[in-house]
Amino acid sequence: MKVAVLKGGRSLERGVSLRSGARVEEALERLGHEVVSLDAGADLVKRLTAERPDVAFVAMHGPGGEDGTAQELLEILGVPFTGPGVAACARCMDKVLAKHELRAAEVPTPDWFAFNETAFRELGAADALGGIEERLGFPLVVKPSRGGSALGVKFAAAASEVPAALVSAFSYDDRVLLERFVEGRELAVSVLGGEALPIVEAIPTGGDRYDFEARYEIGRTAFACPADLSEADTVAVTEAALAAYEALGCAGFSRVDLILAEDGPQVLEVNAIPGLTDTSLLPQAAEAAGLSFEQLVEKILDLALNPTAA
Amino acid sequence: MRSSAMRDLMAVTARPEVISLAGGLPDTSTFPPKSFAAQMTRIAQESAAEALQYGPTEGFEETKDCILQVMGAEGMLPEPEDIIVTTGGQQAIDLVCKTLVDPGDVVICEAPTYPGAVPVFCSYQADVVQIECDAYGMRVEDLEGTLARLAAEGRRPKFVYSVPSFQNPAGVTMSFERRLRLVELARQHELLVVEDSPYGLLRYSGEPLPPLYQLDGGDFVIYIGTFSKILSPGIRLGWAVAPPPVMEKIVLGKQASDLCTSTLTQYFVREYFAEGRWREYIESLVGIYRERRDTMLESLREHFPAQATWTEPEGGLFIWATLPEYIDTSDLLAKALREDVAFVPGQAAYVDGRGRNSMRLNFSGVDGGEIREGVRRIGKVISEQVELYEALTGEQAVAPPRDDAEDTNVLPFRKTGEA
Repeated sequence: MKVAVLKGGRSLERGVSLRSGARVEEALERLGHEVVSLDAGADLVKRLTAERPDVAFVAMHGPGGEDGTAQELLEILGVPFTGPGVAACARCMDKVLAKHELRAAEVPTPDWFAFNETAFRELGAADALGGIEERLGFPLVVKPSRGGSALGVKFAAAASEVPAALVSAFSYDDRVLLERFVEGRELAVSVLGGEALPIVEAIPTGGDRYDFEARYEIGRTAFACPADLSEADTVAVTEAALAAYEALGCAGFSRVDLILAEDGPQVLEVNAIPGLTDTSLLPQAAEAAGLSFEQLVEKILDLALNPTAA
Repeated sequence: MRSSAMRDLMAVTARPEVISLAGGLPDTSTFPPKSFAAQMTRIAQESAAEALQYGPTEGFEETKDCILQVMGAEGMLPEPEDIIVTTGGQQAIDLVCKTLVDPGDVVICEAPTYPGAVPVFCSYQADVVQIECDAYGMRVEDLEGTLARLAAEGRRPKFVYSVPSFQNPAGVTMSFERRLRLVELARQHELLVVEDSPYGLLRYSGEPLPPLYQLDGGDFVIYIGTFSKILSPGIRLGWAVAPPPVMEKIVLGKQASDLCTSTLTQYFVREYFAEGRWREYIESLVGIYRERRDTMLESLREHFPAQATWTEPEGGLFIWATLPEYIDTSDLLAKALREDVAFVPGQAAYVDGRGRNSMRLNFSGVDGGEIREGVRRIGKVISEQVELYEALTGEQAVAPPRDDAEDTNVLPFRKTGEA
């Protein structure tokens, strides 16, 4: 089969995407497929039209590749592609939109308030910060709404730290959210074809919180898979993850990040196209389920070509 | 190893549409292609077999002759047997660490320090201690305190790493008095100093200062030089000068790393120096870079908000700018990249997460027009963040005093006088 691997692009997660893409390409070659490697740029449509691949493996992360943009183009060109469709990608990439959908579907997610830059610049939203801080408590988390990974995510321990955190978050997007900080275990549930893989737990080894640095660096975070959880917790976490996956309309594969708090799981976000590097969580979860990286890649391709066969 | 996030951000700066003030690139576009072609042709015709062969681990004597000319131009006269030719100055840093550093050993460097040295120190698991810089380079008086503190803890630093002239990234130059004091301290404590001097001959204003190596005579100072900034970084030719016991180990390390430095590029340097115009070429670079430095300083004054400060280097390739504390330059870079412009976030020059509100700007790699446009775009995103912060806090952030010649105690600062 002729498989186009879409990777790179202009997003800030270009580097991670190139690593995911390269790893997928190696696996595809070992599986005997013909690989067309595409670093997504101005010639993407031209190259796809010329190459006419049977299927596209989308290994792009962040805005541009994970937000439905590349998927929209693939739909227009009639090329089947891996992972979630246009609408699900758009919902997952926008954390504010995703949280509204989760709330509507009664999937637990931490309380939040969202603002765009105009609100602060023109509508005096700063005057509402005190009330927000009172409702959410400290520490609170400030995040850009659209943006992959943990880029621009800051923790504010006190009111005095909120403005600088907002300035940072607004560097990535014109909409940001302030979210209640939920204390608990950090878990990731990878979903493959509508089925949950074993749960991964991220255990920070340094004093640092789970951030962009740690996320791709061997040694900064220890991972346990399957996570050491009680039967009841495993069920609750898995159910919440699958409900989130459903609520956002994901297909093929995705990864749901959650916090397991004392009173149960809270969904933080859903990554439409999670990383596939050698330190990424989805491949680890697949391995724990007995799937080699090649088998995982083959399965993802199957799901793209036969969506109902899941 | 650290800083993968930075690496990922830097991966995006490589897009062709981005004006990059992030690199440390010299301008190689003015090197005459004809002369390049003639030299390579001569090598091919006269010594193809030798040029394609392995060479001695220490480097060719002829290469060392060229190195002696370069060092001689700054008043240094090392013994040829104290010199090793390396694959760029970067390998020299690596070899020095490989020779001297065991995990947990203390290495002292400047704050900020050369961002490219940080991963080397970290990969040898050095415990890096940084000494603040001000307008006159490393605060050697602080170094004395640090040495005393370390001695009290029973720890002996392996070496002090310094870029005394036109420092990367701060652009500052160590004063004569501090140079003397540093060399004196080295002697007193029997402490090695690694002097990294890639830009010594690239001075655009002010009077030349003697290298640490010259002041010390090579007893406690290990000198690292390179052809990267005065000829070409693409030929990957640098060197180290070290006292014999250290040199012996460096040679062993070099042998283990890559046997020898490229024979072909050493032949090229030999031919190039034989032409006898290398000083002339450096003079032409000095002319180009002086103009670009002035353009960047002028653009900074025009486009950066009043809350920003920066250094005014007398040579080298970099300016160090510092913004209000609430601006994280890693996040700012994300915003700047949307405007297709890049710089190096200050955090890369520290081992402890400091430097978050500073940035390194390079003025040698792109022309005046791009410098102006690049600085304008960065100034715009900074101003947007400053305005946003003021809207969020309802306060006008207080700008630091401008043009205060006395305020040179710590970076950041803005110096008055000649530029």
